[in-house]
Amino acid sequence: MPETPDAALEELYREVILDHYKHPRNRGRLDGPGAEAVELQNPTCGDEIRLSVRVQDDRLADLRFEGRGCSISMASASLMTEACRGLTRDEAVALCAGFKAMLAGAGEPERLGDLAALSGVAQFPVRVKCATLGWNALLRALGGGAAAGDGGAMDA
Amino acid sequence: MAAVAALPPKAAPFDPETVRADFPILERRVHDRPLVYLDNAATTQKPRAVLDAEDRFYRRHNANVHRAIHTLGNEATVAYEQAREAVGRHLGAADGRGVVFLRNATEALNLVAWAWARRRLRPGDEILLTPMEHHSNLVPWQMVARETGARLRFIPVGPDGALEMDALDRDGLLGPRTRVVAFAHCSNVLGTITPAEELCRRARAVGAVSVVDAAQSVPHAPVDVGRLGCDFLAFSGHKTYGPMGVGVLWGRPERLEAMEPLFGGGEMILKVELESATWNEVPWKFEAGTPNVAGAVGLAAACAYVRDLGQDRIAAHEAALTRLALDGLGDCPGVTIHGPGPGSPRGALVAWSADGVHPHDLAQYLDQEGIAIRAGHHCAQPLMRQLGVVATARASFGLYNTAAEVEALVGAVRRAREFFHA
Repeated sequence: MPETPDAALEELYREVILDHYKHPRNRGRLDGPGAEAVELQNPTCGDEIRLSVRVQDDRLADLRFEGRGCSISMASASLMTEACRGLTRDEAVALCAGFKAMLAGAGEPERLGDLAALSGVAQFPVRVKCATLGWNALLRALGGGAAAGDGGAMDA
Repeated sequence: MAAVAALPPKAAPFDPETVRADFPILERRVHDRPLVYLDNAATTQKPRAVLDAEDRFYRRHNANVHRAIHTLGNEATVAYEQAREAVGRHLGAADGRGVVFLRNATEALNLVAWAWARRRLRPGDEILLTPMEHHSNLVPWQMVARETGARLRFIPVGPDGALEMDALDRDGLLGPRTRVVAFAHCSNVLGTITPAEELCRRARAVGAVSVVDAAQSVPHAPVDVGRLGCDFLAFSGHKTYGPMGVGVLWGRPERLEAMEPLFGGGEMILKVELESATWNEVPWKFEAGTPNVAGAVGLAAACAYVRDLGQDRIAAHEAALTRLALDGLGDCPGVTIHGPGPGSPRGALVAWSADGVHPHDLAQYLDQEGIAIRAGHHCAQPLMRQLGVVATARASFGLYNTAAEVEALVGAVRRAREFFHA
């Protein structure tokens, strides 16, 4: 835990996170060919997300989300939609793995760009499930194996 | 509380500072601040009297109950059965005959659902509930309804958190098809005190059994099963200053007599043949296997502790804290308080929403100041949907909380608004 309570809070709630919470990017839904929508809830707290992904030529052409939840879950989803746009499926799955590694206190946050703003979550294990809600929805939308056992986003 | 037993009022005023010394955990610091524990509706802290009673049982008397002839076995049995008597009297019963020791209130409610209702309900029968039940008094009834073809009905909750009792007749919610009326004595989300005596009376009038979830009422005021007129009443030990892992189903003895056991095993039998067995007497026929003896002993110590302090004085103290919290939080910009308004009966808890600050983020902020509150759906998702929120923040009070702690809460809630730029 960082030295002082306030420092820990500042670390968790960086300006980038509060900005994405107040002004979420890529809100909304996608319809039409190639669009896949996934709804996920976090049963322990009631947070919910509806993520739409449109895949074109194996690339995530567009991502949109709607949902209700805490600043960590909503900012993480917002940052995810920006970070994943244009990636191939494999690249998105790999980014997700890197992101989850960061939340586990490992990995290389410096290679994750804006997503590194969420590295402070690693200090707050009970909030990891908030930060991963959107990412688990993405894995499910991509039909990845990681969707199995995500228990409605219970896991890290 | 509706069913307040007539206890002699104690002369001395209630001093939370003195009783705080009885709770070792309150000496803890969290993030270098004194712990301000305001999550008592989830579980209460334990006084030394309870910790010592459990510890003494294991250090001095530990043996299995009811079977051993030896001295320790006898002591353990006496302690366990004395605990049953004490809990029965704590609930206003003449003795412990209606007291079944289980793991928690959830298990107690499930015992009624499965051992009473599952065996009796038929398609078309009705189970009357409220939309503000804890999942523990909702999901077992959903399961039983699915298995029996019974129908669930719900007494509506108004915007002020009160049950719309008019609907019982107006909407035909209560009638000859009603077999079970099950409800929380005090809502764990809204703090609403339900008209329990009236509901039990109305249930009896149509031949239904009444089931009171008293998990949030027993810890805060005297509860008298005779005055309530209920058939069954459930509560958890750990929410009333007792240990985790012990809970109680009180049942009217004739109801318990008419019920088949749910679990088979040791202790619950009289005579066992290879192909059959006969059941032990009430309440032991519902206690298969070795019970949580130390937990029961600890729970009896908790009952004695609050009785010695004076349950009426505790209730008055907590009511004052709740009023202070309602006033203080109500004055905070952006805060909406859920549940009964000023002047309406309310348990010792306050749930609220704050514009622009999600309850999780608020709870995280408060935790850094050493203040423990609950944020989430409080195991009451249907009610959350009715309130139009996914989660709320909740502060719930216990006998050791102080006015200064409530003020600390209110101040931190105000600062959180700035922190999150709300």
